Amino acid sequence: MEKLWNEFSVGLFFWQTLLFLALLFLLRKFAWKPILNAVNEREQKISDSINQAEKAQQELEALKAQNEDLLKEARAERDAMIKDAKATASKMVEDAKTQAKEEGAKLLASARESINAEKAAAITELKTQVASFSIEIAEKVVRGELSSADKQKALADKLVDDINMN
Amino acid sequence: MHRLLRFLLVLALLTPGAVMAEDHQGGHEEEHGAHGHGHEAGKELTPEEQRAVNKEFVIHHTKDSYDFGIFSDESTGAHYGFPLPVILWDDGLHVFLSSAFHHGEEVVESNGNHYMLNYHGDGKIYKCDAEGHILEETTVDEETGEVSVAQLAPLDFSITKNVFVSILMCVLLFFVFRGVAKSYKSGLAPSGSAKFFEPIIVFVRDEIARPNIGEKHYKKYMPYLLTVFFFIWFLNLAGMTPLGINVTGNIAFTAALAILTYLITTFTAKKDYWMHIVWMPGVPVPMKIILFPIELLGTIIKPFALMIRLYANMLAGHIVLGMLLVTVFYFGAVAAKGAFIGLTFFLNIIELLVALLQAYIFTMLSALYFGSASEEHDHDHAHAH
Repeated sequence: MEKLWNEFSVGLFFWQTLLFLALLFLLRKFAWKPILNAVNEREQKISDSINQAEKAQQELEALKAQNEDLLKEARAERDAMIKDAKATASKMVEDAKTQAKEEGAKLLASARESINAEKAAAITELKTQVASFSIEIAEKVVRGELSSADKQKALADKLVDDINMN
Repeated sequence: MHRLLRFLLVLALLTPGAVMAEDHQGGHEEEHGAHGHGHEAGKELTPEEQRAVNKEFVIHHTKDSYDFGIFSDESTGAHYGFPLPVILWDDGLHVFLSSAFHHGEEVVESNGNHYMLNYHGDGKIYKCDAEGHILEETTVDEETGEVSVAQLAPLDFSITKNVFVSILMCVLLFFVFRGVAKSYKSGLAPSGSAKFFEPIIVFVRDEIARPNIGEKHYKKYMPYLLTVFFFIWFLNLAGMTPLGINVTGNIAFTAALAILTYLITTFTAKKDYWMHIVWMPGVPVPMKIILFPIELLGTIIKPFALMIRLYANMLAGHIVLGMLLVTVFYFGAVAAKGAFIGLTFFLNIIELLVALLQAYIFTMLSALYFGSASEEHDHDHAHAH
C-alpha cells in the first residue's frame, strides 16, 4: 500500500483528470452525439421501412381479397344476368308462339268464313245461272214445242193427259 | 482520417514483431548496461547481481519519466530521445526542459532553487542544495516525541512521458471520432473508418450500457462510457508499441478514471441507491444495521477495485513481457533465446487481447455501478424480495 502511494504522482493525476475531462467534453460534442444520433436515426429508418413494407404487404393482401370478392360478385351477377336473359328469351319465344297460334287460328277462322261466304255466293250464282239456263232451255224447248200448230196441239193434249191422269 | 486509421491498424498488427525488434535493442542496452556496471565495479556480475540489475531495468521501464527515451546506450551513457518540459510549483513556477537533469547526473538551478532527479531511485524530482544533497525536513511530533524525516519535493506538474502520450492519444481519438462523426453527413450508411468503429460503438451501447443501466437512463452515460472505453483501449495499444509506454499501468491514471466513475455514480444516484445503502429493504432490522457500514464501504471499494484491477493488469503485463525480454539475453544458448522470443511473441498476442479486455471490463463495471445508481425499483416488487 505504501509502495502504491509512493508511486502515485499528483501531477500525473492532475493532468490525466484534466485531459480526460477535456477529451470527454470534446468527444461528446463533436463525436458521440452526432454518431449516436446517426446510428439511432438509421435504426429508426430501418424499422420504419420494415413496418411500412409489412403494412404495404397487408394492404396488398387486403386488396387481393377485395379483388377476389369483386370478381366473385361480378361472376354471380353475370350468371344471374344470363339466367335472366335466358328466361326472358324463352318467355318471349313462348309468347310469340302463342301469339302466332292465336293469329293463325284467327286467320284460319276468317279464311274459313270468307271461303264459306264465297261458297255461298258461288252457289247462289250457280243457282241463278242454272235457273237462267233452265229458263233458256225451257224457252227453247217451249219454243220448239210451240213452233207448229200440231206440236202446240200435241203438247196441249199431253198436258191435258197429264192433268187428266192426275 | 483513413490514413490515421490505417496507421493504427498497422501498429496494432505489427506490434508483436515490433516489440521483438525492441527485444534486441533493449537486450543489447541491458547487456551493455550490465557490462558497464561490471567494469565500474572491476569484476564480473554474479548471477544474483545480474538478476537485480535486470529487475531494476524492467521496473524502470514501466515507470513514468521526464523525457521521451527511445533507447539508450549505458556503456557510453548516451540516451536517444527527446526531453519534455518540467513544470514545478515551489513558491513560484519553475519551468525547464528535462534535458537539464542529464538523466539525474546534474543539479538544476531554477529561480534560486536547486532541484535534482532521483533517476536510479524512485525517479522523482527533489529539492536539493547546490551540491546535490536532498533537502530534508525534520518534524518532531509534540505528543509522542517521535522524530520523522521527510525529503522535500516540489509540487510536480511536469509534462511527463505519460502526460505527453495521453495528449497525443487525446488528439488522435478526437480526430478519429470526429472523422467517424463527419462520415455520417454524406449518408446514414457507415463509410470509411466508421465501418470499423461503428460496430464497437454499437457494442458499447447495446452490450454494455443498455443491459447494465437500463433503457431509461443509459443515454446520459453513453459519452462517458464510450470515452473511457476508447481512451483506455487506445492507451493500452500505445503501451504495446516498443516505445515503453505504460500509461494505463500507472496508479495515478487509473485513480483519475476510477474517481470519475465514483463521482458520476454518486452524483447521479437516485433515492433507491441511497435507500439500499442506509436501510436495505427486505431484510430484518438488525441486518439493516449491520449492512449499512458494509454497503457504505462498498461504494468506495468498488471504484478502488476498478483502479487496482486496471493498474495491476497492465503493469503485470508489462513486467512479464519485460522480464521475458531480459531473459532472452540472460541465457547464452541459442535454443533458449529462441524459446523465450517465441514465448514473448505469444504473450504479446495475449497482451493485445488484454488491452481490449481491460478496456471492456473497466467500461462494463462503470456501467454496472451507474446502473445500480440510477435504478428505480418498483416498491411492491422490492418488498417482495
